[in-house]
Amino acid sequence: MPHDHPDHDAPDGLSPSGHPYRADQDTDLTYWQTLEIAVRELMIDKGVVTPAEVTAQVEAMDARSPADGAAVVARAWTDAAFRARLLSDGSAACAEMGFDVGPMKLIAVENTPEVHNVIVRTLCSCYPRNLLGLPPDWYKSRAYRSRTVREPRAVLAEFGLVLPSSTTVRVHDSTADMRYIVLPMRPDGTDGMTAQDLAKLVTRDAMIGVGVARAPA
Amino acid sequence: MAPPMVRQTMSPSAAPEAPTGCWLPGTAVRVRALMPPGHVRTPAYLRGKTGVVERVLGPFGNPEQLAYGHATTPLPLYRVRFHLSDLWPDAAASTDTLDAEIYAHWLEPADAP
Repeated sequence: MPHDHPDHDAPDGLSPSGHPYRADQDTDLTYWQTLEIAVRELMIDKGVVTPAEVTAQVEAMDARSPADGAAVVARAWTDAAFRARLLSDGSAACAEMGFDVGPMKLIAVENTPEVHNVIVRTLCSCYPRNLLGLPPDWYKSRAYRSRTVREPRAVLAEFGLVLPSSTTVRVHDSTADMRYIVLPMRPDGTDGMTAQDLAKLVTRDAMIGVGVARAPA
Repeated sequence: MAPPMVRQTMSPSAAPEAPTGCWLPGTAVRVRALMPPGHVRTPAYLRGKTGVVERVLGPFGNPEQLAYGHATTPLPLYRVRFHLSDLWPDAAASTDTLDAEIYAHWLEPADAP
């Protein structure tokens, strides 16, 4: 971009707006990024995959969002038979709605006045990406992973969720082949709302269990 | 950046023997207190701890073998429920729990010596 403003050379290393310049976020490729590029290019050279297929997979991943999970939750709130199927076989129930949760199996865990569920993955950062899209950065942080299994109530309080001692907190460490989604409690004052409108109350955080569904406006 | 250290792999023969039976939900089980190298999916903080089978899943291939391209025999995978107060000595008394998925070969009866 050409610099057409007159004060390009501001004194003291400050930008024209008077703020310090921030370092560019560009960094060298990591070892693993270099390895991924090398393997990808080899697979393309050998005809195992095409560039278009790689791009299509990236676009499919980017297109997934918590709205998919929210639609599942809203249907469970409005369709008791679906809710029962979701709780007994999460993968099959999501497939009914056209959401393929992939080779991993999905377990839906239900919040009630007595039990609050929260999902964590201590060993790495596995996440129900096919239903919620890419995970938030904090979900992958060492602090969230190590503290949630040790002091879940303190972690939830930092998210603004203070639970009464009469509620049991159930932490789910997603260690192996399962992926988890929390079925939050349906908020009060939502009788008669459509599934489509209810879905707007279902946040990503509520489906991880670090929050609850929004109250209706 | 320097390449990461290559981890020592665990040969399939070094893996603990898979149990023959299958535990029903409600059974008290203990996670084996082993520390093998390799692609182990049993969190260290649960090793040696006792919980209760919540449900039985699987069968799934053993990731300790799959990760290195070895053939694997599918194993039951158990969701085991622990009391937080049994995991952390400084935990406040509560009914709070932690569920984790543990492969069959990592579990032994709670009353095993």
